[in-house]
Amino acid sequence: MSQQFNRIFDEILVRCGMNVAASCENDAAEIYADADAADLRPTVTLLVESGCRLASVFAEDRIAADACFLVYHVFDHPQDRRFFLLRTSIPAGAPVFPSVAAEIPAVNWQEREIHDWFGLVAEGHPNPRRVALHDNWPEIHPLRKDFPIDTVLPPFVGEQHIYRPTVGEGVIHIPVGPVHAGIIEPGHFNFAVAGEPILYLQLRMFYTHKGIEKRFEQLSVNRAVYLAESISGDSSFSHGTAFCQAIERAAGVDAPHRARRMRTVLLELERLYNHVGDIGAIVNDVGFGAGNAHASRLRELILSINEELTGSRLLRGVVCPGGLRHDWEPQQVTSCGAALRRFESEFRDLMQIVDGSDTTRDRLEHTGILHPDKARDLGIVGVGGRASGVDRDLRRDHPYAAYDEVSFHVPAYQEGDVLRRMNVRVDEIWQSLKIVDAMLTALTPGPWRIAIPPLPPDCVALGAVEGWRGEILHWIRTGPEGRLERCKIKDPSLNNWPAIVEAVQGNIVPDFPVINKSFNLSYSGTDR
Amino acid sequence: MFHIFKKAAQTGLVTIGYPHAPAHIPERFRGAPVFDFSAWRDARPACEVCPTGAISTEELDARRRVTIDYGFCIYCGQCAEADGSGAVKITREFELAARKRDDLISIAEYTVNADGSQGELVAFRKGSAAENERVEPLEHRVRQKIHGVLGRSLAIREVDAGSCNGCEIEIGALNNPVYDLDRLGIHFVASPRHADMLLVTGPVTRNMELALLKTYRATPEPKMVVAVGACGIGGGIFGLNYATVGGVNAVVPVDVFIPGCPPRPHALLHGILLALGRMEQRLMSRQSDE
Repeated sequence: MSQQFNRIFDEILVRCGMNVAASCENDAAEIYADADAADLRPTVTLLVESGCRLASVFAEDRIAADACFLVYHVFDHPQDRRFFLLRTSIPAGAPVFPSVAAEIPAVNWQEREIHDWFGLVAEGHPNPRRVALHDNWPEIHPLRKDFPIDTVLPPFVGEQHIYRPTVGEGVIHIPVGPVHAGIIEPGHFNFAVAGEPILYLQLRMFYTHKGIEKRFEQLSVNRAVYLAESISGDSSFSHGTAFCQAIERAAGVDAPHRARRMRTVLLELERLYNHVGDIGAIVNDVGFGAGNAHASRLRELILSINEELTGSRLLRGVVCPGGLRHDWEPQQVTSCGAALRRFESEFRDLMQIVDGSDTTRDRLEHTGILHPDKARDLGIVGVGGRASGVDRDLRRDHPYAAYDEVSFHVPAYQEGDVLRRMNVRVDEIWQSLKIVDAMLTALTPGPWRIAIPPLPPDCVALGAVEGWRGEILHWIRTGPEGRLERCKIKDPSLNNWPAIVEAVQGNIVPDFPVINKSFNLSYSGTDR
Repeated sequence: MFHIFKKAAQTGLVTIGYPHAPAHIPERFRGAPVFDFSAWRDARPACEVCPTGAISTEELDARRRVTIDYGFCIYCGQCAEADGSGAVKITREFELAARKRDDLISIAEYTVNADGSQGELVAFRKGSAAENERVEPLEHRVRQKIHGVLGRSLAIREVDAGSCNGCEIEIGALNNPVYDLDRLGIHFVASPRHADMLLVTGPVTRNMELALLKTYRATPEPKMVVAVGACGIGGGIFGLNYATVGGVNAVVPVDVFIPGCPPRPHALLHGILLALGRMEQRLMSRQSDE
């Protein structure tokens, strides 16, 4: 509604001399084209110069069917609501694909992940070390089809991580994790410091790698929804919805109108509880406990709305392919609206308290700056991107659920500090309340779930949701007997960890927690 | 500053009374499924839809063994919907924590009719999950004990050994003003060296196996381990695979198991208090050893 969409990809593809692949059925949502490996780098460059953004890179093993691997480069464009997937066939006998990470650092980790998981070498990658498998893992490629999921690996030997040395007079390393001091997820941070300021931060993630993408390949679609909800607990509903949207697109059906509006409400409730919790955690990390006490109380208020509506505080077991599992009674809708009005008034009071604290503002402003040019180059998405000038939001740019029925403002700042990352959340909370109010008012009776016909094998589809943290992508290929052949998950955290490396430089170690919190990335979503 | 005081006065007390007072649980909350074993005519539809294998059936000659494992249950409610006979009902029961893994498992054996449905219930072993110990008197005794022995407080170190962070959300909520764990003399600490209890979420990944073991070793005796959630108990929906080793008890001994996906804060509180009863026993046996 707020945005005019064109079919700009059509023009760009003609200019690049590409034919849209014949195999593509659902071109309302996404389009596919094939590229030769030799042409990949110039084509990607051309697409990026035409204003496209490289959102993700991933691979699949097609050795059994086509004796090759397929590598996909996923693009979007601000004026086209479709996604464009450039597909490159890599012969099984020569498992090498051209890297674009030197020109587009945003896919640095994703290309290395393809190497680790499929054994495809990213040729020309500036830093081709392992990322998803730790250095002490044996030489395995778990997402290859010939690797059984229940393989029992031998005990690991050798160094778990090999860090780059940072040397100089007075420079010391501070190793932190994987078990952290708070109630948070595991990961390892290696700080090189000179005195208090941080010179260089090296991250090692993937401590919570639990084989999720491989596990998807074993499950029927209905069971896989629960796995999707467990990719990142704080984004259960967003991941579940992205997955169900992919299934619906593959099946060529749309969830009913009422279900789409109900999904919109729940997606915004998920945003609300996380954003208000983060605001509390950010001010708490600079010593403002009173603000956090109120914020965590408000978070509880949203969690109890979730439970009253769906039976689950974290909105689990709610979404399903074709809509939602249960309808809402009018009474539930009314009390949800009333509770949100209470939240609104309480949130206004909370922000009055937070804004009234000069010392809090003093600690947050100019802390952990991520410059807009770096954010753009690193492909930072979501809250972290919008605080650093990356004005993208899938709700507006690729509308799904019922977001095309409601107008809302997408906040964006240029300063890129902790304060602006908090302000993006504050602004988004006001917008979310507006969206939910509009949806609840417009919630007309009707079906809330339609049956999904059995999916034939080899349907492909992409589901995209702007989770509260940022862009969530699920790409699926269906397999025989209602199973999934491949499910690629991209959580926004995977894009955004490198932002923390940039944002902490020159800041003091005691400010690391608040900088980290201001991005609040999911380890589990990254590690899968 | 004026606004802070004004808001505090307006807000008043928000902390819940549980476990002294009953918990307010919303009507739609999906807690434990309960099974009318003697009336259950066919467990297969429920088994078929269960995402984690918490309900499983095994065909032995002319008999069917049905196993219900609350440790694997993610409380999705699919079983009751698929069953449709009324023999499976979703309740609002959340106090499910158990000291023994076996206490979460019920096994029923049936004769099988010609049409594949179940005949007579011939054998049954019920886990004690459904008949919980009352927490209130326990909590009272235990509080006295920990106040006496552990310097008026119990210190918990939380360890995420591979979870999806859902459990961390609910564990974190124990610190908020609504659940306020501190009112019971229990608090979270930053190091295992300061801890009496490890509260561990799973599934334990290969990459966290060693870290969990080291954390356990760094925790001084006497110590307890509480495994949280379906994944911490048995690997949950992720199962056992190349990247996981399953539940927490695959790596360190576990004193209490708290089912849930994730367990709501009340359920966590219940499990922690249940574990403290164990602590009391352990301290007494140590004293008698010495």
